[in-house]
Amino acid sequence: MITAPDVVALARQEDGEGERGEEDERPAPPFHFQPHNPWAGAAAATATLLKDFILISEFSEQVGPQPLLTIPDHARGNFDLNYFSLRIMSVDYQASFVGHPPGTSYPKLNFVEDSKVVLGDSKEGAFAYVHHLTLYDLEARGFVRPFCVAYISTDENKIMQQFQELSDDFSRASECLKTGNRKAFANELENKLQDLEYTRNVLHNETEIQKKSNDKGYYSSVAIEKANELANVEKCIIEHQDLLMQIRNYSYKKTRDAGYFTHEPDNGTEHPDSGLEEMQNRDESSEKNSLSDGRSYIPKFTKTKSAKCFEKKLKTLEELCDSYFFNQTLEQLRQVEKFFRGDVCYLLTSQIEKVLLQQQRTTYFLFEDSLLFTDEEPAEKEQHCEKPLPGFNLITVKALDHPCLSTEAASCDSYKSCVESVPIKLDPQISVDSYCGSMSDSVPFKSLFGTSDYLELEGKEKGSISSGESIEVLRTEKSSSTPISSKSDNQTDSQSQHLHVVRRKFVGTRRANSEDSIEVLSTTESLIPEDLKAAYPNAIHEEEAPLENETIGLSTDLMEPDANLNHTNGFSNTNFETGTINFSALSEPVDPSCCIGKESPNFNKSVPTFVTEEYRDGVVNVPPQRSKTISHLFHSDYPQQEGGGGSDNAADQVFSPCEKEYSDLPGAGEMARLPVDEYLDNMSYISASLYSDRTPSPALPTSPSKRLSERRKKHSGKNSLWFIRQYSFAQQAIFSLLSGRTLVVVGEHEGKVKKLVNALSIFVPSHGRGADSVKQWVTLPLHVDDLQTWKLIGLQRIASPLGTSMLHSLNRYSRYVTILDCDNKTLHCPQYKGQLITRMADHRTQIKRGSTYYMHVHSMLTQLSSQAFLYTFCHHLHLPIDERESEDSVTCRRVNFLKHHLGLVNDDSKIVQYFAELIKMHYLHEPPKGLNPLLRFHYDPSVVFKI
Amino acid sequence: MLRWLLGGRDVQEPVEKSLILCLGDDQPQNPYTELQVLKGHNDIVRFMVWIDDTRFASAGDDGVVLLWNVQTGERLHELRGHSRPITGIALIPLTYHSQSESCRLLTAASDRTVMIWDLDTGSQIHLLADFQSSVKCLKVIERLDVWLSGADKICVWNNRAELLCKTTCFKDADVSLMIELPKNNIAAVIRKELNNTFATGSHVGELIIWDALDWSVKGFESHFWNVTSQSDKPAEIKISRTPYQHEACIHHLTADRENIFAAIGTGIYVYNLQTKTVIAYQQVAHDSRVLHIAKLPNRQLVSCSVDGSVRLWELQELPPAEPATSGIFSMWGIGKPNKQQTQMAKRKLDCSVLKTLELTGDLIGHSGAVQMFLHSKDHGIVTCSTDHLIILWKDGEKESQLRSKALFHKLEQDDV
Repeated sequence: MITAPDVVALARQEDGEGERGEEDERPAPPFHFQPHNPWAGAAAATATLLKDFILISEFSEQVGPQPLLTIPDHARGNFDLNYFSLRIMSVDYQASFVGHPPGTSYPKLNFVEDSKVVLGDSKEGAFAYVHHLTLYDLEARGFVRPFCVAYISTDENKIMQQFQELSDDFSRASECLKTGNRKAFANELENKLQDLEYTRNVLHNETEIQKKSNDKGYYSSVAIEKANELANVEKCIIEHQDLLMQIRNYSYKKTRDAGYFTHEPDNGTEHPDSGLEEMQNRDESSEKNSLSDGRSYIPKFTKTKSAKCFEKKLKTLEELCDSYFFNQTLEQLRQVEKFFRGDVCYLLTSQIEKVLLQQQRTTYFLFEDSLLFTDEEPAEKEQHCEKPLPGFNLITVKALDHPCLSTEAASCDSYKSCVESVPIKLDPQISVDSYCGSMSDSVPFKSLFGTSDYLELEGKEKGSISSGESIEVLRTEKSSSTPISSKSDNQTDSQSQHLHVVRRKFVGTRRANSEDSIEVLSTTESLIPEDLKAAYPNAIHEEEAPLENETIGLSTDLMEPDANLNHTNGFSNTNFETGTINFSALSEPVDPSCCIGKESPNFNKSVPTFVTEEYRDGVVNVPPQRSKTISHLFHSDYPQQEGGGGSDNAADQVFSPCEKEYSDLPGAGEMARLPVDEYLDNMSYISASLYSDRTPSPALPTSPSKRLSERRKKHSGKNSLWFIRQYSFAQQAIFSLLSGRTLVVVGEHEGKVKKLVNALSIFVPSHGRGADSVKQWVTLPLHVDDLQTWKLIGLQRIASPLGTSMLHSLNRYSRYVTILDCDNKTLHCPQYKGQLITRMADHRTQIKRGSTYYMHVHSMLTQLSSQAFLYTFCHHLHLPIDERESEDSVTCRRVNFLKHHLGLVNDDSKIVQYFAELIKMHYLHEPPKGLNPLLRFHYDPSVVFKI
Repeated sequence: MLRWLLGGRDVQEPVEKSLILCLGDDQPQNPYTELQVLKGHNDIVRFMVWIDDTRFASAGDDGVVLLWNVQTGERLHELRGHSRPITGIALIPLTYHSQSESCRLLTAASDRTVMIWDLDTGSQIHLLADFQSSVKCLKVIERLDVWLSGADKICVWNNRAELLCKTTCFKDADVSLMIELPKNNIAAVIRKELNNTFATGSHVGELIIWDALDWSVKGFESHFWNVTSQSDKPAEIKISRTPYQHEACIHHLTADRENIFAAIGTGIYVYNLQTKTVIAYQQVAHDSRVLHIAKLPNRQLVSCSVDGSVRLWELQELPPAEPATSGIFSMWGIGKPNKQQTQMAKRKLDCSVLKTLELTGDLIGHSGAVQMFLHSKDHGIVTCSTDHLIILWKDGEKESQLRSKALFHKLEQDDV
C-alpha cells in the first residue's frame, strides 16, 4: 500500500454525516476547518442532488426528451429528471441522420459513433458526462431513436478527471446495447420483409384477378391503384433488403474488428453469473429463435403507408434491444455506478495506489490483496490504471484557479435562454467538432506551426463561447475509432509536441468563471489522458531526480530498480525517456499553478527547510488536491508544531513513509515517533470524518469482494492495535511471522483464538500462490506439511487424548513454530533482537483507529518489501563480480549491504532475507504448481515470554 | 498438561539420557534449514534409491514406486504394478555395455514378483513371477552385469532377466540382506557375499544357523568366483550378528574403506577394519532403534531411527589414548560386547575408543519411524518414513544461492 486513502482522501462533510453511525470510536474532529474547505459551499448548492447516478433518456419523436430510467433506481432525490434530460438531450453532437442522402434513392443507415460530452449545469449544481447513442427502430422516424446515457454527479472534477474511464465504460455499455439493437433490428427487418413478400403475393394475385376479370380493355382505377400499391411494395422490399444487408454487413464488420470483439468477452467476464458461455449459448439460441421465428412467423398483410408516428406506440428500450443485451447493459451500468460512487479523492487514491503497485509487480504479492491484481488482460488493466494520473494535472489547474467553479450559481433566466438557443448552437458546434477531429487526426502534432494555428483557433472558439452564450463547450471532439489509432502513431513519433499541444490546449480552454448555465466541459478522448498516460508514471520518478539532494543519493539508487521495473511493465526505453523529458520541459513554461513541482508555495513556506522536503513535494504531486488542503490547513492551524522536527517527520511519515527512512538515521526517528503517530491519528480523524462516504461505496472494480476486505482490513487493524497494546511480547510474535516462522495460537475459546489470529493476520507475508497462509481454527493435530502451507494457525486446546496428541505434535515441531498460548498469555519463540518491529508495533502507540494502524503497518511492510526487492535483484550481492572472487567476499558484501545500506541490524535482516526468498520463489514459480511451499527455518533457541 | 509449554523440550527428554543427546534448537553446525514435504504414498515408505543426480525413486507398502525430482520436488512417474508391499528395490545403472539407453529399476514385492522398469518412460519391461517365496533383497553387481535376488534361495540373473544360476533352498530362512564389503587388507577390491539371515521365530542358537548358512552359501560363492575367473582367494572378514536381543540386533550396517558403521539397537558403532576394533560408538544414539546409518563425505555420520528423528554425528578425534586392549577385540568384536554389554562398554570407554561421535544436529519432521534416507552432496538428505511422507532436507543457504543464480539467469533470458 503506497498511499493511505484515509490520510489523503477527503469527502464532503455532508456526505459523511449520514454514515456517522457506522464508525466505531470517533471523537469530534479536532480541527474546525470547514470554513476553509472550498467544497463546503459547493455542497450547499447541491441540495437537490445527493448521490451520483446514471440516467438513460431518450429524445422521443412523440414527446421530446424524456427520462427512461436511472441507476440506481431511486437515487435521484428531488432532482428534476425531466428537466435535466431535456437539457442533456438537447446537446446532441451525433451528426446522425438517416434517410435519403442526396444522390441515392434508397435510405441509408448511418452508422455513427457515439458522441461524448461533459455538460455542466450550474443551476442544479449537477455535472454530467453524457454519452449519446443512436438505436435503430424500423418504425421510428428515419429509423433512428436517439438515446443518451449520462453519468450525473455534483462533482465536476470527478467527471473531468474520470472522463477517460467514464468514456470507456460507457462506450462498452453502449456497444453492448447497440449490438443487441442491431440484432433486434435485423430481426425486425426480416419479419417486415416477410410481411412485404406476403403482401406482394396477395396484391399480385389480386391484380391478376383484376386483369383476368378486366375485359374492357382499359384499367379501372382500382386496378391502377393496386398496381401502384404493388410497385410500392416492391420498392419497399428492395429498400428493406438493402437495409438488412447494411445492418448485417455492419454487424459483421464489427465482430471482425478485434478492437470491438474484445468487448464481448468482457461482458462475460465482468458478470460471472452470466458468463461468456451463457452468452454464446444465448447468441446461438437467439439465432435459432430468430430462425424459428422466421419460420414460424406468420406474415400478415401490411399497408405500405405506415401509420402516423403519433398513432403508434413506440417500442421500449428493452424491446429495441434484445432483452438479454439490455440486461447486460444495465448490469454494466450498475457496475459503472458502483465503481464511480463515492468521492473522487478516494477513486483517485485507489487508482494511484494501483498504478504504484503496478510498478511493484514483483513484490506486491507479499502483502497486497491478490484480488486487486488478477493477471487477466493486463494490458487493459494497465491502461485503466494509468488513466487517472493525468487527471491530477486537471485537478491541480482547476482547483487552484477556480476551486469554486462548481458553486457558480447562474440565474434561471440565462438557463432558459440556453434551452432556446440549442438548435442554433448545434451547427457551429458540429463544425468545431469536425475541426477538432481532424486536428487530433494529424495536423497539430506534426509541426509546431500547426500547433500555433490550433491555439489560435482555440482562442476563437473560446471567444465565441464566452460571449454571453448559454452553452459552453470546453472540450469537444468527434469521437471515432480512426483518430484513436492515428493518434497513437503520433504519440510515438512526436510525443513531445503532442504533449505540449495538449497541455496548451487545455490551458487555453480552461475558463475562469462563467455565468452560463450549461457548460460543455469536455468531450473527447484525444486529450491529455491518452497522451500523458505513457509519460506520467515515469514522470513521477524523473521529476524527483533533479530535486534530490546528495543526502538522499541512496534513494535515487533505490528508485532505479523501480524504473527498471517500469521498463518491464511495458514502457519502452525510448518512451520512458522522451516522455519524461518532455514532461519536465513542459512543466516550465505553462501556468505555474499546474506545474506540480512548484505548486503550493505556501505549503513550503510554512515548513522549515528540511532534507526530504523535495521528497514530500514529489509525493504530494500524486495525491489529489484535497490532501494538500488538509496538510496546508494543518500547518496553518497549528504553527506551534512546525518548530519541532516532529511535525516535519510526521509529514514525511505521512507522505513518503518509505523514502523517509533512508534519509533518517536509524534510530534518530525514535524521538519523533510519538508525534508521528499522533499526527497520523489526527489525519485519520479528519479524513475519516470527511471521506466516510467511501465506506458505503468503495470505488473499486471488484467492489463486493473489495468491500469485504476493506472492512476486514479495518477490523484486523483494530485487533492488531489491541494486540500490541495488550501483549507485551507482541514484537516477538510479529517477528516470528515476518521471518517466516509459523505462529500457532493455542486456546480453548474459538473466539479468543480467532481474534488473535485476525490481529496477527496483517503481518503474514503471502506466498503469492493463491493459497491462504492463515488458518483460523484447527482442531486436528498439526503435521509438518501444515507448517509449510499455513503461517498463522489457530489451534484448539482440548482436554482429551486427541488434545494431548495435538499438543505433543506441537511440542515436537516447536523448533519450527512460535506458540502463542492465549489462555496463559505466554509466547514461546526465539528472542527478537532488532529495531524495526519496535517501530512497527509500539505498545504505547498513539494511533487510535484500526484502519490507520493498518495503513501504518502496511506502509512499513511495503518499505520492507521494496528493500527485499532491492536485495533480491542486486546482482553483485549474490553473484561474484569476477570469477576470482570467492563466495565469502560475496557473502560479506551481502551482509554489508543489509547492514549499512538498508540499515538493518541483527534480526531485521532476517526479515528482508525471508522476503527476498519469497520473492525469488515467486519470480521463479518455484516450487511448481500444486506443491507445497518450502519451509525455511533457523535453528534458534526459543524463550518463553510472559506478560 | 501445560508443562510442555513452559518447559519446552527438556520435559520430554528422559532424565537418564546422557547430556550429549540433549541437543537444543541451537544447532549452528546443522546446515539443513529448508525442508519440503513430498506426499504421494498411501502407506509406509520403506525404500528409496538414487537414479541420477536429480532423480530418486521411492517405494513402500502401498506397492507403488514413485519417481521424484529432488530439485523441485515434482513427481515424475508413478510405477504401478505390484499388488503387495514392496520388499526390495535396486537400480540397474546405465553401463556402457548394457543394451538399453535408460536406467532400469528392479523391484521385488511380497506378491512374489520382481519387476523391471524403464525409468525414463515409467513403463514395465519384465515381470518375473516364478518365485517360491517373496524376494527380500536385490543386489546389482554392476561390474559383472548381473543382479541377484535373495529369497529362500539366491538367484543370479543377467540383464535380460535370464536366470544364470541359483543356490539351493535355505530351510526355514530367507536371505534378507546382501552387501558387498570392500576388503581393505588386500590390495584388490574383491566383493564378498555376506548373508545375513534370520531364523524365523527363534532367537537362540543363531550362531550355528549362521555358520551353516554361511557355508552353504560359500559353495555357491566359490562357484561364482570361478565363473568370473577371479583367482584371488578372499581372506574373509566375517562379522556375525547375534540378534538375540531386540535392542542389540543389527539393523543396518554400512562400510567405507576404513570403517564399518553399524546400527545396533539404539546405538551406533564404528568398527575399524585395520585395527579391527570399535573406534567410536554411541550406545544410546536415539530414543529408539536405529534403522539406517550412513557416512557422509564430510566425516559426518547420519542415522535415523524409529523415534522419527534423523541425527547428524561427527566423528571427532580424541586426544590419543593408549591402545592397549585392542587385541581383545577379534573380528567378532562387535558381537561380544553385546553379550556382556555393561562391562564391555565400560572397558571400551576406558581404553579402546579413539574417537567420539559428536551430535551436531537433528532433523525433526517425521511423525513416524524414519525408514531410511538418501544423501547427495548437492541436494541434501531425503528421508522416508512410516508416516507416508518423504521429506527433502536442504541446505537453506545453498538453496538460496541457487535460487539467486536461477533468478539472474531468468532475468537474462527475459531480456533477450
